[in-house]
Amino acid sequence: MTSSGVPTADRSAGGSRPPALVLDGVSVARGGQTVWSHGTFTVRAGAVVGVIGPNGAGKTTMFQVALGLLPVTAGRVEVLGAAPRRGNRRIGYVPQNYTAALGDAIRARDLVTLGLTGSRFGLRRTSPAERARVDQALAWVGAEAFAERRMSELSGGQQQRVAIAQAIVDDAELLLLDEPLANLDLRNQQEIVRLLGDLRRERDVTIMVVAHDLNPLLPVLTDAVYLLDGHPHHDEIGQVVQEELLTHLYGTPVGVVRTAQGDLFTRAAWREPQA
Amino acid sequence: MTLLAVEFQSNWLDVLQTTFMRNALIGGSLVAVAAGLLGYFVITRQNAFAAHALAHIGFPGATGAILLGVPVTLGLAVFCVGGGLLIGLFGRRVADREMATGTILALATAVGVLFASLASANAGTTTSVLFGNLLAISEDQLLVFAAFTAAVVGTLAVLARPLVFASVDPAVAEARGVPVRALGIAFVVLLALTITMAVQVVGTLLLFALVVTPAATALRITARPVRVAALAVAIALGSVWGGLVLSAMVDLPPSFFIVSLAVLAWLAVLLVPGGRRATPARAPVDNHHPH
Repeated sequence: MTSSGVPTADRSAGGSRPPALVLDGVSVARGGQTVWSHGTFTVRAGAVVGVIGPNGAGKTTMFQVALGLLPVTAGRVEVLGAAPRRGNRRIGYVPQNYTAALGDAIRARDLVTLGLTGSRFGLRRTSPAERARVDQALAWVGAEAFAERRMSELSGGQQQRVAIAQAIVDDAELLLLDEPLANLDLRNQQEIVRLLGDLRRERDVTIMVVAHDLNPLLPVLTDAVYLLDGHPHHDEIGQVVQEELLTHLYGTPVGVVRTAQGDLFTRAAWREPQA
Repeated sequence: MTLLAVEFQSNWLDVLQTTFMRNALIGGSLVAVAAGLLGYFVITRQNAFAAHALAHIGFPGATGAILLGVPVTLGLAVFCVGGGLLIGLFGRRVADREMATGTILALATAVGVLFASLASANAGTTTSVLFGNLLAISEDQLLVFAAFTAAVVGTLAVLARPLVFASVDPAVAEARGVPVRALGIAFVVLLALTITMAVQVVGTLLLFALVVTPAATALRITARPVRVAALAVAIALGSVWGGLVLSAMVDLPPSFFIVSLAVLAWLAVLLVPGGRRATPARAPVDNHHPH
């Protein structure tokens, strides 16, 4: 089920760049159990892709394949024009529940610095050039004001900004974000979504976002990968936000609403039976 | 005062210049450096319980060494490193690790008691393993301590950055190509070497105060890894030196004073108003940053 539809305005110098992610007949397993199979799709460079599907469908697993952390059991994978490999500096990664795991023992700035220099062995001071890149990344996400604070002192939205700064500090071309909006209030959700839009527009980053709620992301999504019946499928976002498909996907009635302004919403269509 | 057998020693300055006091000072300082440096990682890796357990796992190593007539340091080192590797092999999930660690801890203590009784070790020997006997450090032990501390400092110098990354942010570190698993094993070996030394200074039961407490104190003042390490080393050194001086002044075992000083420093930082909060931070309201 390959689709290379190029929707909406794409101002990237796209054509010549290799796709961000190519799956060709890919199956993955964990502990001998197939998670999903027959994944065949292409994510073009510059897309903002929602990765959706019910719990346990293997959304995070897809990221682990792209990061080279999990070998596939069948098929071929290509990330940014090359085979997946661990430690790919062209990918920025923000794991799920990321911020909850971080404690009291690290400042925001130092965490971002680790994204740049954390894999280097040996005694070496952070160079002024590296420090400047960390400052830039912090400024880009609007985190300068709380850069010197400990991660545990920051709100969920602030922590998520710092995590994104860490993911882009080494000039990642592909960002993998696992549930970046979980546990954020509406305003913080919108600010992170706006940040993702800026990242795509101004830094020409390809973004894949795992999300269980599509709504807050709809303004920036160009495509979606949805895991349905044990297989990943890819399509442009307009084709995915359909009542029938979403209802099938989530196994519960989902409605789609288009407002007069052209905004798209999904909603749980189940209603309390009238007495 | 004689009732409590605590008497001020007017000759304490002379006592400090004796050979056993000098050895104690050097040995204690070496341990303080290694323990202070590792403390940050013990806390960020949530290994405090494992550190405590390793000390207990050393107990049968020490009593077994007495039984076999080999150096206590050797027995301690073999059991601590072996136990560390064993704990490291059990799942990475903290919950799994805690169950495995606790079970091994209980078994080790039981075996330690068995060895002690088989070796018909006197109560004094067992006591010095449980509570440390810094004043009995020999010159041979000092050489071993120096080698262990050099190994800890040298290895940390090479591993520092990736180890910080793997400790505070393991999922991203792994994705970035940091060998998280191998670093974990290297760390537990360093920890085992440090605990081998620390057991001989403050003993199995009091070890926490030297390996975890100074770093916990430092972490309340700063979160910058290098500063935490420096401050933790300073606190550990201060506790050892102060403890030895006090011990010379009143002629009582130094373990009590060393541990008390480390705990006092922790309490002081905990209670000082304007210092860092005493409870885990509540996330404050977002600074608004429209992009």
